[in-house]
Amino acid sequence: MTLLSFSTPGDFLRHRTKSAETAKAVNLLPKPPFPAQRLLGPALVLVLWYVASEAGWISAAKMPGPDAVVTSLIEMVSSGTLATDIEASLQRAVLGLAIGVVAGFVLAVVAGLTRLGDALIDGNVQVKRSIPNLALIPLFIIWLGIGESMKISIIALGTMIPIYINTHAALKGIDRRFVELGQTVSLSRYRFLRHIVFPASLPGFFTGLRMAVTHSWTALVVVETINATSGIGFMITQARIYGQTDVVLVGLLLYGVLGFGSDALVRLLERRALSWRQSLAQ
Amino acid sequence: MAPVSRPVSQVKAPVVRISGLRRSFGDNVVLNGVDIEIGKGEFVALLGRSGSGKSTILRAVAGLDSDADGQGVIDVPERRSVLFQDSRLLPWASVIDNVVLGAYDADARQRAKAALREVELSGKEDSWPKTLSGGEQQRVALARSVVRDPAFLLADEPFSALDALTRIRMQRLLQRLCQRHHPAVLFVTHDVEEALRLADRIIIIADGRVSYNEPIAGVTASPTLFETARNDILERLGVSKS
Repeated sequence: MTLLSFSTPGDFLRHRTKSAETAKAVNLLPKPPFPAQRLLGPALVLVLWYVASEAGWISAAKMPGPDAVVTSLIEMVSSGTLATDIEASLQRAVLGLAIGVVAGFVLAVVAGLTRLGDALIDGNVQVKRSIPNLALIPLFIIWLGIGESMKISIIALGTMIPIYINTHAALKGIDRRFVELGQTVSLSRYRFLRHIVFPASLPGFFTGLRMAVTHSWTALVVVETINATSGIGFMITQARIYGQTDVVLVGLLLYGVLGFGSDALVRLLERRALSWRQSLAQ
Repeated sequence: MAPVSRPVSQVKAPVVRISGLRRSFGDNVVLNGVDIEIGKGEFVALLGRSGSGKSTILRAVAGLDSDADGQGVIDVPERRSVLFQDSRLLPWASVIDNVVLGAYDADARQRAKAALREVELSGKEDSWPKTLSGGEQQRVALARSVVRDPAFLLADEPFSALDALTRIRMQRLLQRLCQRHHPAVLFVTHDVEEALRLADRIIIIADGRVSYNEPIAGVTASPTLFETARNDILERLGVSKS
């Protein structure tokens, strides 16, 4: 469309009217989500899987169909072995995560708010960060044996890092304008922390928490395949030895459900705690 | 006509005394001996070209420039409030929690409600700041200043980011609040008409010093007086009549 070469006012008016009718801004964003949109992809995969195994395209020994997996799931639930394994896994994940979150948060606050803390802690955490968590397993086995404390320590150490990094960054990146505001209304140090610093660092903390939750499950998979006598990872290892592909799949399914569920839970918490951020969208 | 600054002793019973204020950033001397006195309930507008150091004065007086080199005597009341150019509301705190920030006595919340009524924002107590318009946000900031019952109000171009209509409403609101609460006011602005409309006295900063310091009471009474005063001030700020 060339811009306006009109000879009479009438031309101009017609031009305006026409463009008002036809002009519509290009929609640059995806369309709004519909309810339970996220479940559509997994559902499609399930359908394809079912069709492929019913049609005999994939061998039942290597990959049983979803119906076979559901059957063994029901068996394991009714016999009670599954509940024991899930309980053991949940206990490790939750305990390790709890210790990691508290430790990461405390270290981030000390390092973020005091110069001595920053000098002593931050460097160490950065070094720890560059050592893969799972490479520490041999050392932890030597120190703590092959029992629960080793497994929980590995999970705690791994989940501590994302909490620390994100909370620390949020504390360091606090808006100077708000610091000035605190000075002009003569806030005490305690009130400054409570009303300005902590609320400002909460978004960072939640970003770290979501990463930590994901990490706790990932670490669980590894520590439970080593020297465990219970748990989902143990269940999978046993099933591999006896060639029970359906049990392996049940285990994977459980990891998926638990991981997805816990992430959803954290997102819910985040929405509640940071409701001020959504205020524009509502 | 020499732009001689009046002897500061003219101010009766000053509640704000600033003398010999010097500030420099590196080799750049921004303030080179500024003397300002403000009487009780007096509204002083601080004008100056961009970069003249008017905001530096305000930050020094508000105690926000611990990173600057300088000297001088700053004697200001303990009870003071600062209005910033931005509303500077905490996005995670409700309107009322923003207003009571820093005021923790027993009846602070009652006073905050009263202050919100004064700025015509009753009923918005529990809103998030982000849901308010720019003018409303600045009114919350005004309520936050008032709730501290300041003897001295510092303002750093508080209305410059607002649209023209909202700015006029805010100026009138500030005038009403000042008539009711009688703080000494140091109001930094670059808007000459705003200064003439609000202030009792105008101070111009140039080359790091006070270059003009005159009461302007009564200029709003007649359009001719206002026009003359406006042109005079503009000329002193280096903007000649077109």
